[in-house]
Formats: sequence, C-alpha cells, structure tokens
Amino acid sequence: MKKLIAMLLALAMVFSFAACGGTAADEPETTAATEADATVGTTEAVAATEEAAAAGRVYYLNFKPEFDEALQGLAATYQEQTGVEVKVVTAASGTYSDTLTAEMAKSEAPTIFNIGNMSGLKDWDEYALDLTGTDLANELTTDDFNLYNENGELKALGYCFESFGIIVNTALLEQAGHTLDEITNFESLKAVADDIHARSAELGFDAFSAAGLDASSSWRFSGHLANMPLFYEFRDDGVTEQPATITGAYLDNFRAIWDLYITDTAADAKTLSTSTADESKAQFTEGKAVFYQNGTWEYAGLLEAGMSADDLAMIPIYCGVEGEENAALCSGTENCWAVNATASEEDQKASLDFLYWMVTDAEASAVMVEQLGAVPFKAAPESSNAFIVDGNEMLADGKYTVSWAFNHTPNVDSWRATVVTALAAYSADPTDANWEQVVTAFVDGWAIEYNTVNG
Amino acid sequence: MAKSKKSVNLVQAPLRRLAPIFILPTFFAFVIGFVWPFIQGIYLSFCNFNTPKDAKWVGLSNYMKVFQDAGFLNAFKNTAAFAVVSIILINVLAFIIAYALTQKIRGANLFRTVFFMPNLIGGVVLGYIWSMIFDGILKNYGTYLTANGTYGFWGLVILVAWQQIGYMMIIYIAGLQALSEDMLEAARIDGANGRQTLFQVIIPNVMPSITTCTFLTLTNSFKMFDQNMALTNGLPSVIQDGAKINVTELLALNIYSTYNINKNYHGVAQAKAVIFFILVAVMAIAQQALTRRKEVEQ
Repeated sequence: MKKLIAMLLALAMVFSFAACGGTAADEPETTAATEADATVGTTEAVAATEEAAAAGRVYYLNFKPEFDEALQGLAATYQEQTGVEVKVVTAASGTYSDTLTAEMAKSEAPTIFNIGNMSGLKDWDEYALDLTGTDLANELTTDDFNLYNENGELKALGYCFESFGIIVNTALLEQAGHTLDEITNFESLKAVADDIHARSAELGFDAFSAAGLDASSSWRFSGHLANMPLFYEFRDDGVTEQPATITGAYLDNFRAIWDLYITDTAADAKTLSTSTADESKAQFTEGKAVFYQNGTWEYAGLLEAGMSADDLAMIPIYCGVEGEENAALCSGTENCWAVNATASEEDQKASLDFLYWMVTDAEASAVMVEQLGAVPFKAAPESSNAFIVDGNEMLADGKYTVSWAFNHTPNVDSWRATVVTALAAYSADPTDANWEQVVTAFVDGWAIEYNTVNG
Repeated sequence: MAKSKKSVNLVQAPLRRLAPIFILPTFFAFVIGFVWPFIQGIYLSFCNFNTPKDAKWVGLSNYMKVFQDAGFLNAFKNTAAFAVVSIILINVLAFIIAYALTQKIRGANLFRTVFFMPNLIGGVVLGYIWSMIFDGILKNYGTYLTANGTYGFWGLVILVAWQQIGYMMIIYIAGLQALSEDMLEAARIDGANGRQTLFQVIIPNVMPSITTCTFLTLTNSFKMFDQNMALTNGLPSVIQDGAKINVTELLALNIYSTYNINKNYHGVAQAKAVIFFILVAVMAIAQQALTRRKEVEQ
C-alpha cells in the first residue's frame, strides 16, 4: 500500500513538473519540445503533427459565426483542389478572445486568426506575421482597414468592411409624404421624424424603431451612435492613436440625436433598458417604424423578414455637425486576418496561399462578397447589397467616410457598459442632471478605462 | 476477534490488490483536471501572460493591482453581504418548510417535489428567466432591474433563494426524519412546550444538517457566477470617486471580467482567483469548525 502511495505521489510530481515546464517556457519556439515531453505516451499524436506540418496545414479560427457555413464550404473546395488540409473552427458569438487564447496555447494552434482593432493588435502583435508585400496584401484595393503595429508593419489585413447608418423604409417614408432627398442633415431629419411622430396615430407607424438598451441592442448606441461624437472630436484634434483622454466636445450633438431616437418613437423611453434588438428589428420589418439604425450586415435579414429590396435605403447618421451634408456612411471593420507568426513556415505559407486563393479565385471571391458584403480585393465582384451600393454611391459623389473612431475605445465592453447604464437612466428621466451622468460616463469613463488598460 | 479479522482479510486482500485499478483512473483524472491546473494557476498568478505558453514571471505585481482595484473591493463587499443574507434566508426558510412538510399534512410529498424542482434548472436559464420576470414587474412602476444596485442585489437573493431552498429543504427533511420518536415523546412527557421542543430538542439534534446546509449555502454564495452574470451581468456600471464599479458584481464575475480586459490582466485575474480560493477555503473551514462544535452526540 505504501509503495503504491509513493508511486502515485511520484507520478503526481512528474506530472506537475511537466506542467510547470510547459508554462515556464518563455519562448514560444521551445514549447513544441516541452509539450512533446508532457505527452509522452501519446507519440502517435506527436508524429501526426509532424507529418501534417511537413505538408503545411491551415487552421482558420473564424471570428464571424454567420460566415462559418460558407467558409467550411470554401475550405472543403480548397482541400479538394490542392490537397492541403484546411481546418475551420468558429468561436461562438462573443467568445472569440477566450477561444483564441485557449487555442493559441495548444500545439496545433490556429494559423489564421482574427484581430479586431488596435487594442487587439497590442495583445497579439507578437503572434502576428508581418504581411507587408505578400501577394495577399497586393490584392487589396484599399489600405483603410488594415492594422499596422508601432513599427509600421502590416500585421492584420482588413478583409471585409461594414457600414452603418440609418436604415430607411422608403415606402413608408413616401406614404408619410416625404422623400429621401429631403433628408440632408440633422435639421431635415428631425423635421421629417417629428412630422411622422406627430401624425403616427393617423399613419399607423412611427419614425424610429425602439432604441433598445438591452445587451442585444445597446451596442448600436454605445458603440455605433457614440462613434459620431468620437469621430468628429478625433477629426478636429487630429487623433490617430488611442487618446488617454477625450473632451466630449460633440456630446451635445450626441444628445440631440439620442433625444430624437427616444422621442420620435412608439417605444416607452422608461423601459428602453429591457428592449431587445429583436423588438426593434420587428418594429421595422413589420412596417411600424420608418427609421432603424443598423448596418449593412442587416440587409439579408431584412429581406428574409419579407421586406422588399426596393424599399430599403441607408442614410448617414446626422447629428447636427457643421458640414455633415457631405458625410457618407460610417465604415470600418473588426475583421482583419492575421497569420500566426509562431506557426511553422510551411503552415504560414499554406495559410497565405489559402487566403490568396480565397480572394483571387472567382468562385471563392463571389462567396466572400455574397457572405461578407464589402470586400476590398481587386478580384471581388460587385455586391448585391443595396446598403453597400448606397454607400459606394456616396463615396463616388465625393462624400467623406465617417471612420470607426470607436475602434480606439479602451476596454471597450466595460466603457460601453457605463455609457449604457447612464443612457438608460437618462432615457427614463431625461433631465440635465442625468445627462451629466452620460457625459461623466463618456469622458471620465474613457480616462479611467485608459488607465486601467495602460496602467 | 482473530477469526473475524481473518475473514475480513480474505475478502479484502484481493480487493486491495485490485485497488489501483479502481483508484488510478480517477486519480489521474483528478491530477489532470484539478491538481495540475491548480498548481499552474498559482504559478500563473505571479506571471504576465497571454497564453500559458508565454508566461513571464513578474513577482507580486499582480497581487498589488488586485488590492488597488475598487471594483474588486466592491465585489468583495457585495459577495459578503450576499452571502450573509442568502445563508440566513435560505436556511431559515428551508428549515421552516422542511419542518412543515414533516408534519402530517396532506400532499406533503407533492409539495416536496414542487419545492425541489427549481433546483433542476440551470443557473444561466434561471438568470435570464428571472430577469424577464423582474423587468416585467418593474415595468409597471416605470423602472427596470439594472436601474440601481438595490434591485439587482435583492433580485439575485430572491432568485438564489428560490433555487436553493428546495435542495436545503431535502437535507433538513432527512435530518428531521432521523430524529427518534422516543426523544420527542420524552420531551413531551417532561412538559416541554412546542417552542422548547423546537429550540432545545429538535434544532440541537439536526445540527449536522445545519452544518451541511450552511456550508453549502456559504460556498454556493461565494462561488455564485452564472446567476449573477445572467441576471444583471454586474450592471449598473457606474463611476464612483473616480473609479469604475459594476454595482451588482460578485467576486467570481469580477474575476471573469478582469481576465477579459486585456492580456496584462490575465495574471491579475489569476491572482484574484488565488485570493478567492484562499478566502473561500478559510471561510468554509471556519464555518465547519464553528457549527461542528454545536453538534450533539446522538
């Protein structure tokens, strides 16, 4: 019995040392060796890894759940055509960073992964291969959505972009006696919305769908709508990197548009905090609201819900800033490809080849455009998404893109939570004192989160 | 005596030899699933790491950050308050219900089943359902669950009480049913009134059940995570005295959200988790020692 216990204890020690060995390794390069030590007895698995590595394997950890099915199809096609093993795994919605952290710790780590923004790049810079000058990068039509690290290396490549604005049901708008052309700035938007709201009983619909602040919907405002004051402030101050503090110079404009959202609507402002994204979307698709703030990604869903493509248009978000007649949609991306720098060279090459194929092969890029909307690659065909077409028209007219300034937000989820709390309190009781809370959440919250992240 | 010992050996000797077969699989599972990650976790709490592979030793700096974090202290206060309230509420109510259902009333078995049922539903599901219920009620008063910390706190207390009372009730029922009729009869003959019987006979004799139940409710409330996340997710989130606080956040949720700030906070979250473990272990041991002393030999 004692022998047995001694044996067990010895084994336990060996195991814990193996564990420490695995974690104490500073250099990622050495981990393959230590992991092999730790998995003595599973030599088969180790051998299999080596075999796959020789041919070069692709492991794509996908960020967009809605792209999963199409991506699996592309991977299978590519594997059939070239014989290269392509594994696609999609992280469940909202768990990408957890999944990525866990997967990166494994011996067969992802070779292609997603970096969402600059703070994501800070976390994963060491893991991302410099893509400057690769065939893949040369296929891009724009540099606007790429992520560069401090040394100016292209670390993540924006492979699709999205735009958001105010989606309009033009049929209802015309039924109310207005046209899209009338709306060119905040004043005209407010005039139209106020008119529709005033006659809502007679018309049977209202101006805006519910500005719900439930977690499923609040990002439309704490993220997307809040982009308006951030964008204009950063533009005035020439901000290109994450600032330590913000001034909130355009928060009055933010209040103006928010007041419009919560006034010219059928939704009860007191209970917005529990109002969900589905409710808001349903109000729009059922023809109970003319305006619905959301993005290009909603297009397919709106058609599925039975809306007609001819009745849909997207206009910029106006909030009363001078010169906003010339604003286009808010465009940007959280979808940037990065290639794992710690993977073997064969794997890196296989991964770059796969991505190159995705954006150059006619069929593959057609799938990309169909699934992702706006894809900034030379070989990409024209999109059928009406919102993207609207956006492209505005750019063709020489209007300026409102970029995603919110990508600079420090500790973004936490910052947004504070803003949502304050917005919900303000909506339930729209006093100046409560608006002060929103300003505090916005401005002081930014500084606090910045210190948290960088402190 | 010698004979009986020999016969035991006859049965046990082959079993002893086979013991490793029974012990080893579980033992390895325990090492792989618990001991190893636990040791690794303690090690990582002294490191700055993104993935466990690239851990770099940073000494105590993670622990320093923990104690400067207003959100953590707030979560600690919340958790302590929540534990006190829910331990008292759950145990008192569970005992009363158990006491009532061990009296001879019609349909006692049905009631037991019904009271136990909430325990069969998962925490996340309960959290979302109750947030709808609370919001549905509060809507009538023009407010909502995450409007302030009080609603969120009491909401969580109600949810957890509803979920756990049934489970504790079962333990108390078992304790109450084990009481010998003779003892109760003796109390009656000695002229003890109902109150005296309850406090001087019944409660001291179900002390083992009370120990078990307080232990379970204590550790449950300290480890509370799913319900907290699903019900309020720590909201409302406010700025107080220049620091950011999630008003209804408990410890476990605070650790979880710390981890997700960025890679420099992975180690801090790990340090919080180690502190959390020590805290729960000390509390649980202290509580055991305390209530054990009150147990009486039957």
